[in-house]
Amino acid sequence: MSQQTSIKIVNGELLDPAGQLTGVQTLLLRDGIIAAVGADADAAPADQILDAAGRLVTPGFIDLSCNLREPGNGQKGSIATETRAAARGGFTTVCAAPDTAPVNDSGAVTSLILDIAAQQSPVRVLPLGAATRGLEGELLSDMAGLVAAGCVALSNGQSAMRNARILRRCMAYAKTFDITLILQPENAALAADGFAHDGLVAARLGLLGIPEVAETTAVMEMLLLAEETGVRLHLAQLSSARSVDMVAAARQRGVAVTADVAMHQLVFTEDALAGFDSAFHVRPPLRTENDRQRLLAGVTDGTIDAIVSQHQPHDPAAKHAPLGATAAGMATLEVLLAMGLRLVQADELSRASLLRALTQGPAQVLGLAAGRLAPGAPADLCVLDAEQRWRADADTLVSAGANNPWHGRELQGRVVTTLVGGQLAYQV
Amino acid sequence: MTALLNIDQLLDDLEAGLKDLLSARGIDNPAMIGIRTGGVWLADNLSKRLGLQEPYGELDISFYRDDFSRIGLNPRVKPSHLPFETEDRDIILIDDVIMSGRTIRAAMNEIFDYGRPASVTLACLVDLGARELPIQPDVVGQRLELASHQRVKLRGPEPLRIELREQEGH
Amino acid sequence: MTVTEAAPRQIQLTEDGQLKHFLTLDGLGQPLLTEILDTAESFIEVGARSIKKVPLLRGRTVVNLFFESSTRTRSTFELAAKRLSADVLNLDINTSATSKGESLSDTLLNLEAMASDMFVIRHSQSGAQHFIAAAVTPGVAIINAGDGRHAHPTQAMLDMLTIRQHKGRFEGLRVAIVGDVLHSRVARSQIRALNTLGAEEIRVIAPATLLPKDVEALGCKVFYNLQQGLRDVDVIIMLRLQRERMEGALLPSEKEFYKLYGLSVEKLAYAKPDAIVMHPGPINRGVEIESAVADGPQSVILNQVTNGIAVRMAVMSMAMSGQVAERAAGGQS
Repeated sequence: MSQQTSIKIVNGELLDPAGQLTGVQTLLLRDGIIAAVGADADAAPADQILDAAGRLVTPGFIDLSCNLREPGNGQKGSIATETRAAARGGFTTVCAAPDTAPVNDSGAVTSLILDIAAQQSPVRVLPLGAATRGLEGELLSDMAGLVAAGCVALSNGQSAMRNARILRRCMAYAKTFDITLILQPENAALAADGFAHDGLVAARLGLLGIPEVAETTAVMEMLLLAEETGVRLHLAQLSSARSVDMVAAARQRGVAVTADVAMHQLVFTEDALAGFDSAFHVRPPLRTENDRQRLLAGVTDGTIDAIVSQHQPHDPAAKHAPLGATAAGMATLEVLLAMGLRLVQADELSRASLLRALTQGPAQVLGLAAGRLAPGAPADLCVLDAEQRWRADADTLVSAGANNPWHGRELQGRVVTTLVGGQLAYQV
Repeated sequence: MTALLNIDQLLDDLEAGLKDLLSARGIDNPAMIGIRTGGVWLADNLSKRLGLQEPYGELDISFYRDDFSRIGLNPRVKPSHLPFETEDRDIILIDDVIMSGRTIRAAMNEIFDYGRPASVTLACLVDLGARELPIQPDVVGQRLELASHQRVKLRGPEPLRIELREQEGH
Repeated sequence: MTVTEAAPRQIQLTEDGQLKHFLTLDGLGQPLLTEILDTAESFIEVGARSIKKVPLLRGRTVVNLFFESSTRTRSTFELAAKRLSADVLNLDINTSATSKGESLSDTLLNLEAMASDMFVIRHSQSGAQHFIAAAVTPGVAIINAGDGRHAHPTQAMLDMLTIRQHKGRFEGLRVAIVGDVLHSRVARSQIRALNTLGAEEIRVIAPATLLPKDVEALGCKVFYNLQQGLRDVDVIIMLRLQRERMEGALLPSEKEFYKLYGLSVEKLAYAKPDAIVMHPGPINRGVEIESAVADGPQSVILNQVTNGIAVRMAVMSMAMSGQVAERAAGGQS
């Protein structure tokens, strides 16, 4: 990236999750960082002026869970397409999930991802390494090697560990090297062949259920083992109210645990599946209204540190089949902000909580310098228009996956400019 | 405007016409079938007038109509009910109004699915002409030529009366 | 904001509420279900004639597309279509053969090239027929002959016809459904039909391992004890138990199941004296039901078979009729 030019953002309303910078103030970006704010910035010269009148200026969003589909699945997406989608969605940093083909369980794959990203990605790509070889949950991967190659944390992707003993050893080994483990909690035996929340809708439609306890028993097991091993644990994509309660309780007694939730879990419930619509086939499954409310409260009270996209682009064929035969996942990067703003508009989530969970929260999980507006912070920014209406369709979306339920519909709230390291990553 | 035709006179004429025809054809044990719904009311009346001992049959031709491809199935279809074997019987088929002849075609197809009758005699209360098929009633109460805005309808079952109605807008 | 966002489309009805596909009983009101039963009664009469055939679907092609083999169900659909004078093509598609190569939507594209008017489909995936109905060319009717654990609406409606024939009504009836409700598409459709038609009480009787979570929300009461559950019921519906249920730790043994949940003469005595006994078949004698009960005076299992053809004729002609009406309406606008 060239770092020669300086940019001044004027007339925009600054929104800083830490609350230090607010109001309409000028920002000066230079050498990849926020160089000056307010009167200092006004006074300084700049190569380029960006007028953000009537718009909000926030730190760029940070996504802890994003499937870029490369290496491997060309028909579902690539680093080039999905990072462009990320920039359009206001993301300046995305963590690349390890479930690629081949799995990111070696330094070579990590390097490959970083090389491609350096050439093709407008945003920062942080690889997550596989905690076990092939994500099979049996043999430890070369954890230290993965971190040395550039992985910021290790993950089990969407696969469960074979058993509690392996999970415990995985945690102990990660702890040794001070590596954060990002684990999606699911008891494989209890989830079995399920693909929908084991509740009313599944009972009515005869869908194979994933019971709530498939998650909660895994959360409890992970929390107890994390407490014992002392590993830094991040629970990914919680879906149930009881999980949030357990995380809150564990934190209270000092367990080093953080957590995230996928945006669609905050917006939809099991009812979305009532028409067998495969767009709503996600994992963990959409659960009840009670769960959704507790997840929202968890974001508000800080038990849940981050909202993630859990972006999973798919080719049309993967979703064009009877519900149970379709692939799980939504492609949400580009509509995530609008989804969040709907929650704000419905008074279900405050704008501050939404912003924190997209910026400062995930930055703290990984110990990143980004996610804030302050002199010296990385010049990773997002300029957004919270009012603008736009239609999500093939003309406006660039992700290779059209599998989001908003496709063809109007949304409100759009990112107009994304800056990464002071450079334009996206502009409407 | 609603004009009332004299139903008793029409029924008397039908009865007389049927008696003459049956005796001319040498039919002494006919079986009567009315087409729903008007034809069934008439069959009830005429079978008494002819002194038939056997209960009459009721035919619902919904499954045999030739306009399924255009208007679909009648949602109020009821089972047909023929309380006798039709095989080798002399059938008197009764309907209230004959016009295109399509209802009678459907009814005859249906009757033949119960068995092969020896003969079918058709009696209609009113014949409006405008035939689209080569089907003619053997006995008719009255022939009428209606203007395009006029409609004729049998009301019943008790009392039976026949209405000639001017359509709205005229 | 969440619930209305994703309200299911009512894809089986025309704009004025006529049936155009028959996928599930969800969303169908009491008048429509009654119309199906009434129309079926008319077809029962047709079945008593020397020529058991009406010309309603003459010149139309019905494809029986069975991704799960079932000779019994397919035969009744075949007979129903033939009695409506349709041309019938039976295709048994072995799912294991298609699972690798051709996708379901590709299979359909091929079949549509045959210019069919109706697909009668059985599939192992819940909702497969919804998927197909949403994807199929307009004008082609989809009839659900059983999808996964979701629905088997023609089976449920023929059961309703049997109940109405014997009891004359649904109001005030207590109905017990006994056995493997969890895996049963028939039970789900029956519970929905009985609720819509106004039955007073629906009971499901089974061990907890064979009941779906939140089953009460479907509109039924749970009983774990057969004798208690049968007390004062008017109708007993026994469900089929698959052998493989012993393998997944759902049940210990057929012997224990029969002892606790099998319908014997002695247990039948707990129900009302005029209670009728039904079973969708095929029956596992000595597992679900004692032979003396299956063949006894209260059993109406054989009536169910006759009614099956009539109900399928009714549903097929009504759905075709809805497609015709929709095409006519579309032509006008």
